[in-house]
Amino acid sequence: MIQSLLDGILVGSILSLGAIGLTMAMHMLRFANFAHAELLSIGAYAALVFDGLFSALFPPLAAAIAPLSLTWALSLAIIISMAVTAGSAILVDRFVFARVRAIGGELSMVFASFGVALVLRNLISLIFGLKTQLYSQDIVFAVVISADPLLLVKPDQVFALVAALVIMLILHLVLSRTTLGYSLRAVAENPTLAQVSGIRLSRMIALIWIIGGGLAAVAGVFYGLTNQISPVIGRDLVLPIFAATIVGGIGSIYGAVLGGFLVGIASNLALVILPSGYSPAVPFLIILAVLLIRPNGLFGEARE
Amino acid sequence: MIGVISYLVFFTTVASILAIAVLGLNLQWGNTGLFNGGVVAFFGAGAYATLILGGTPQADHLGGFELFYPLALLGGMLAAGLLAWLVGVLTLRLRHDYLAIATFGVAVAFETLMRNAEGLAGGAKGLRGFERPLREALGDGFTYNLVFLAFVLTLLIVVYVFLGRLIRSPFGRMLRAIREDEVAAKSLGKSPSRVRLTAFVTGSVIMGLAGGLYATFYAFISPQDVLPILTFQIWAMLIVGGAGNNAGAVLGTFIIWGGWTASGWALSRFAPIEAQLYTGTVQFILIGMIIVGMLMWRPQGLLPERLVVSQSGKPENKHKTGSRR
Repeated sequence: MIQSLLDGILVGSILSLGAIGLTMAMHMLRFANFAHAELLSIGAYAALVFDGLFSALFPPLAAAIAPLSLTWALSLAIIISMAVTAGSAILVDRFVFARVRAIGGELSMVFASFGVALVLRNLISLIFGLKTQLYSQDIVFAVVISADPLLLVKPDQVFALVAALVIMLILHLVLSRTTLGYSLRAVAENPTLAQVSGIRLSRMIALIWIIGGGLAAVAGVFYGLTNQISPVIGRDLVLPIFAATIVGGIGSIYGAVLGGFLVGIASNLALVILPSGYSPAVPFLIILAVLLIRPNGLFGEARE
Repeated sequence: MIGVISYLVFFTTVASILAIAVLGLNLQWGNTGLFNGGVVAFFGAGAYATLILGGTPQADHLGGFELFYPLALLGGMLAAGLLAWLVGVLTLRLRHDYLAIATFGVAVAFETLMRNAEGLAGGAKGLRGFERPLREALGDGFTYNLVFLAFVLTLLIVVYVFLGRLIRSPFGRMLRAIREDEVAAKSLGKSPSRVRLTAFVTGSVIMGLAGGLYATFYAFISPQDVLPILTFQIWAMLIVGGAGNNAGAVLGTFIIWGGWTASGWALSRFAPIEAQLYTGTVQFILIGMIIVGMLMWRPQGLLPERLVVSQSGKPENKHKTGSRR
């Protein structure tokens, strides 16, 4: 039971990172982006490529940072991967979403995002193969933090949790303390008025994709680090991430953080009762529960 | 020659069944502007319920009510309608992406349930023990398939005519009014959420009918038949044909299903053995590119919706393109 709670918190931090970017895009670009979870896959695979590259070029970097299985090479690769993923998000927006936005409505964007997700996911399968992969072949043993009740934690998981919390804190400071954060929130509140005040909308849209893509990349790498990397990361995480945004309330960044943790914990606790085969359906049950009890989520506001 | 004809019969049967589902989606998306991200759940509900209600008793899972076939098929439609009502009641009051997310979720949950609940529907092994109606009289061969094709085509025509009338009726006008300007429709005393729910449930019942026919044709259904890709295929069919145009929906179905079958055949025939594993992957990319490409370059589809000005007395043949909100 406590082990499930612990695992839930760890998974939750990954979902939170994914949900922050998604909820920002849903709030400001006003469409449910079903391709968002594919950014996690792109991040995970970009890091895999650069990790391999750095380890081959500079062998000392391939040493693990004890007690983690994370290597120096992978840490560097995460930063490059954030840039690659943010770049991919901007490219997809430029070439697909911007065009669809110009001629169609919000729901055409949702349609397009499904198409984009299908293309991205299967391109990744085609390039990297359908098999699962790992960043490190070394076995990292879990640390026993308590014998009764038995509690196990892998150092990588703790690292991922702490790093995720630090990143969220940085994002919070940027959004609440800088002009950039103000502009971003102004655009979310009222795009027209923000433009009148001299905020460039196209730059803000690019910024949303940079933040969303960067966070998604980190989430993807952490997911790969604590589970495994496969082309279906996006398919498996899209519903939990959406559940996190709905729990938190669409558009609320703090809601997304909390929602991610709640969905992570609830999914793991549900598996205490349900057979594990049912786990893909749990996020849907959470969505149903939220829609029944509090349709606009914890921090969301009603909007047509 | 008989081989070619019997293949054509097979192809037309499956394509016509899918066309019924696409027509159901057209009522939701094309005419009402409702986004259904889980077509396959309603299709699947119809398929599973039809087989459970109409099948012979089985030891290891629910079923075997041996209902008279038309009743079983109606039961399948009812099951799809109930599922749609449940999702619709919860989401149609809210902002529209909730419906997209909830329907997508219901499809995932439906597939998961069918894959795991062995006592309910046979789990991953699928649902067996269904006797195709009139099999004793017609046998299993070509004659049966021909008669079944005639049956499917009849239902396709019935659905087509029904939807055509529905769309021209005052109710259909109301659907478009709500799609185009909800506030204006509200100010005229209409209740958008109730009308949307009616359209959503009706469309899903039609998808349930398609699912029931599909399961009848194969006398078998398993979780492999209700994968998310079916939803994407059905969308591609509607978008290519032209959302809002029933003739377009049927045309799009035959084009996409033809393309899907042909690409599968070509890849299995000409691609090197080691690449065969990726046949599905390549086909999924094609479907995704068709959806994105159509939305970018021809959002109105091959046969665009004909907007009728109801006041003028005579239908006006003016094509209006892609102004959907």
